[in-house]
Amino acid sequence: MYPSRFKYESPTSVEAAIALLDAGKGDAKILAGGQSLVPMLKLRFAFPDQIVDINNIAGLNYHRFDADGSLHIGALCRHEDLEFSAEITKRQPTIAAAAPLVADPIVRARGTFVGSVCHADPQGDWAATMIALGGHLVVQGPKGKRTIEMKDFVLGPYANSLNYNEIAIEAVIPAPQGVARGGYLKLERRVGDFATASVAVSLDMSGDTVLRAGIALAGVGGKTIDANAEASGLVGQKLTEANIDKVAAAVAAKAEPRTDHRGSSDYKRQIIKTFVKRILIAQASQKAA
Amino acid sequence: MSSLYEEIAPTPSDGTPVRRITVNVNGTDRTLDVEPRLLLADLLRQGLDLTGTHKGCDTSNCGACTVLVGGRPAKSCTMLAVQADGKEVQTVEGLATPSELHPIQEGFKQEHGLQCGFCTPGMMMAAKALLERNPDPTEDEIRWALSGNLCRCTGYQNIVKSVIWAAKKMRAESN
Repeated sequence: MYPSRFKYESPTSVEAAIALLDAGKGDAKILAGGQSLVPMLKLRFAFPDQIVDINNIAGLNYHRFDADGSLHIGALCRHEDLEFSAEITKRQPTIAAAAPLVADPIVRARGTFVGSVCHADPQGDWAATMIALGGHLVVQGPKGKRTIEMKDFVLGPYANSLNYNEIAIEAVIPAPQGVARGGYLKLERRVGDFATASVAVSLDMSGDTVLRAGIALAGVGGKTIDANAEASGLVGQKLTEANIDKVAAAVAAKAEPRTDHRGSSDYKRQIIKTFVKRILIAQASQKAA
Repeated sequence: MSSLYEEIAPTPSDGTPVRRITVNVNGTDRTLDVEPRLLLADLLRQGLDLTGTHKGCDTSNCGACTVLVGGRPAKSCTMLAVQADGKEVQTVEGLATPSELHPIQEGFKQEHGLQCGFCTPGMMMAAKALLERNPDPTEDEIRWALSGNLCRCTGYQNIVKSVIWAAKKMRAESN
């Protein structure tokens, strides 16, 4: 298997990359980690006229917490960089839990966080994580920068709201109110397989009271499932058994799983419910910070 | 060498520009003209005759084609050759010296870490990436680090033992 022919450029600035995308009029594609794009090129699901490789643009490979507590992830930050980051482990539990579960270790060494979010795979771990965390993307086009809230970003399977001449240059996770808690659980038949079902949970807590709650699901619908409205039932509450049960049931009802070789729709819904409960119970049993 | 896929595809190049790249492969700079769509695995195997890098699945699943690019593991079937321009690529051929096996190769020999040997180059390169980052991994960490590499013969038991053996040897050598 080899890709169809394309023109290839590796610009060294965001502006030059945008100019190439603009000239491509929708037939140009950005190559970052390439761990989804290259397989799609080889299967000829994707056959762009122009590949714009952004790997030679300096200054996009970072993740950092700003003084206000917000987390910024650059377009070339690899999954592995987050997996091995002591700061992420300490300060952002949802991302810390999801990072080792993305694809497999070799893919994690090349694939990028922002690229995965943009790929908008309904099974994608990072799109779900970003929705649960209430994140947004900073995107740049010919007319400058704009912000896209994550809840408005994923339009459908493999479809996002970027214009053809825009690049997502940074993912931003806002500072938590209080302490950031949360987790990520994923059921997969083997490492690197598409998920049977995944759950991302983010909680901002003060003592044992929930100030903000976000939940999103992957693998159980035609696109990433936003269950933040269901999760908001926890706001102002404590993580009691009754509250947890209520939210887990509501979130499971929001899932749109389909029966396939990975399990029946009922089974997947049950997994979602169990995962939501497991993550929330684990947070409830942690000592208040 | 010009656009490598011409040997595979019957249609001649339609004017898609060929790129001149220089890749440092196992310590030697190699300058080649390649079609942008050429995969790194095909550059190594067909362009440079380094057939130790195996193509198992060609769908980014099996990890047999794993090489190190700039010290990090990469599935060479899932990377364009042009992306290796200016980079250092290590393949399984770069592990041994003319007189000595690399400790990882020795480990696979000592602990019988292979049967058919098809996955072995990828296993060893993934193990090398792990041991460079973590010289004293637990068994669990080894299994985790090799979870992107498939072996259909061994049940992984002896592969894990081989990496433990190699880690011990490498630690002893660096002391």
